[in-house]
Amino acid sequence: MKCEICKEQEATIHLTQVVDGAVKKVHLCEGCAAQSGFDVHGPMSITDVLLGMGDAMPEPLPTLKATERSCPRCHLRRVDFKKTGRLGCPACYEAFEDQLVPLLRVMHRQDQHKGKIPEREKERVQSTHKLGALQEELEKAIAEENYEEAARLRDMMQAIRSAKKKKPRKPKKSDA
Amino acid sequence: MNTERFLNQPSAWLPVDPDDNVTISSRVRLARNRKDAAFPGWAGEDECERIWEELREVLMHCATLKGPMAVGMAELSPLDKQLLFERHLISREQADRKKGSGVVLREDEAVAVMVNEEDHLRLQSMRRGLDIVKAWDVANELDSEIEKKVDYAFSTQIGYLTACPSNVGTGMRASVMLHVPGLVLMNEISAVVKGMAKIGLAVRGLWGEGSEATGNMFQVSNQMTLGEREEDIVANLEQIVLEIVEHEKNARLRLFEQRENVIRDHAGRAMGILSHAHVLTSKECLDLLSDLRLGVDMGIVQLQGPEVVNDLLILTQPGHLQKLEGRRLKAEERDVARALLVRSRLNRALKKSDKKNHE
Ligand SMILES: [Zn+2]
Ligand SMILES: [Zn+2]
Repeated sequence: MKCEICKEQEATIHLTQVVDGAVKKVHLCEGCAAQSGFDVHGPMSITDVLLGMGDAMPEPLPTLKATERSCPRCHLRRVDFKKTGRLGCPACYEAFEDQLVPLLRVMHRQDQHKGKIPEREKERVQSTHKLGALQEELEKAIAEENYEEAARLRDMMQAIRSAKKKKPRKPKKSDA
Repeated sequence: MNTERFLNQPSAWLPVDPDDNVTISSRVRLARNRKDAAFPGWAGEDECERIWEELREVLMHCATLKGPMAVGMAELSPLDKQLLFERHLISREQADRKKGSGVVLREDEAVAVMVNEEDHLRLQSMRRGLDIVKAWDVANELDSEIEKKVDYAFSTQIGYLTACPSNVGTGMRASVMLHVPGLVLMNEISAVVKGMAKIGLAVRGLWGEGSEATGNMFQVSNQMTLGEREEDIVANLEQIVLEIVEHEKNARLRLFEQRENVIRDHAGRAMGILSHAHVLTSKECLDLLSDLRLGVDMGIVQLQGPEVVNDLLILTQPGHLQKLEGRRLKAEERDVARALLVRSRLNRALKKSDKKNHE
């Protein structure tokens, strides 16, 4: 594949950009990529590239106005994230979920964590997985019109949900 | 913290392994954050200060860190920061910080934790040679110890939450440092770099700007952090590095077969210039030390204690030089001090080895 800028060199750098949630690929040679200002060697630079390229694009659609949304906990705005490529607090991941999920899929080619789980989160993770499995069984039972089984499954799910809620949570220190 | 001690201690990231001259060191870095606070770049100064103090307290009691040392960025002079940066104990980004940020490290420098760099915690474990699995074990152990006292920001869906989305998931960056002059001289390095990119690994020069790698030192690391288990990431990296090592050894053999005189000439010239020069820029010095290192590896140059080459790679950096001299030096003064240091260390290693060879 030839480079999209010089159309001479072989394209060795394949960048992916997200524009309004849609993924677009760009293929460049090393020289043109460097000239366009991509630090192709920094492992941390993908975000910067993705976000940086977003800036060069025409104004986003009105529904995605950069200034409209902010994180309810730390008040980081979408524009702040766009500027620095860094989020403000852990709650930002929920606040900007619609924008972050496609970004994560492009960056990591995956969207489900499979690695280490902190000890104190294990129960929560397990019950989430358990709920997912039960939900599937429940749907199957309903499809098969096995209502007795469905009721039993529903009770089990209810029990897990209420146990999850009851779990004492540490009070938050401050809501900065 | 008394930083003088570092000058007489081999750095944890540039040790000597007599059996493997290609992989220099392995490193695992884990990014972690507290659930209840804003990330350091967005938090206010007071909040950073409080978090640094609380996390320092936790870290000082971690058994994995074996009676650690802690120092705040505000307490360090620019020169001391430079020294820690050159030893890979803090990042450039952290060196720019002042209050509310600091580092806690084990005495042997093999384990270090940056507090309030980009994330609340950046755990780092360094090992000599290709030992990435063990590096992960150590980092993992420290992490398990910390999570007993710190409630981490974690999502069932996307794992550990980090200030930059490129670290989310495992929060892990595993890297191996390689010295590959053979691949560079045989013009095969760019093919390797491209191949790595295809399989999700990043390769970059350790020193120098852009694609140019001064001293033929490269760092290979995982690009993606989400969707794979840590064990698989390190096993995959190790496998790939073993293949690169094979390629490098192969390239060296072919070099020796095809261009023996050139290789001998490179090593000889490196030795000649390094042991006689009175002015050495840092780029020239790194390139020549790389040539010399290759010469030592291939048995062309005999040195008493080949670790002198690795020591010099560390000690000839600007921060180390100025610390050795005990004062700030201008660039031209550094080039003179660098040449003097290299001359004296190399001549000492040569004399000893001459004596040994004659015995
Ligand atoms: Zn091009
Ligand atoms: Zn937030």
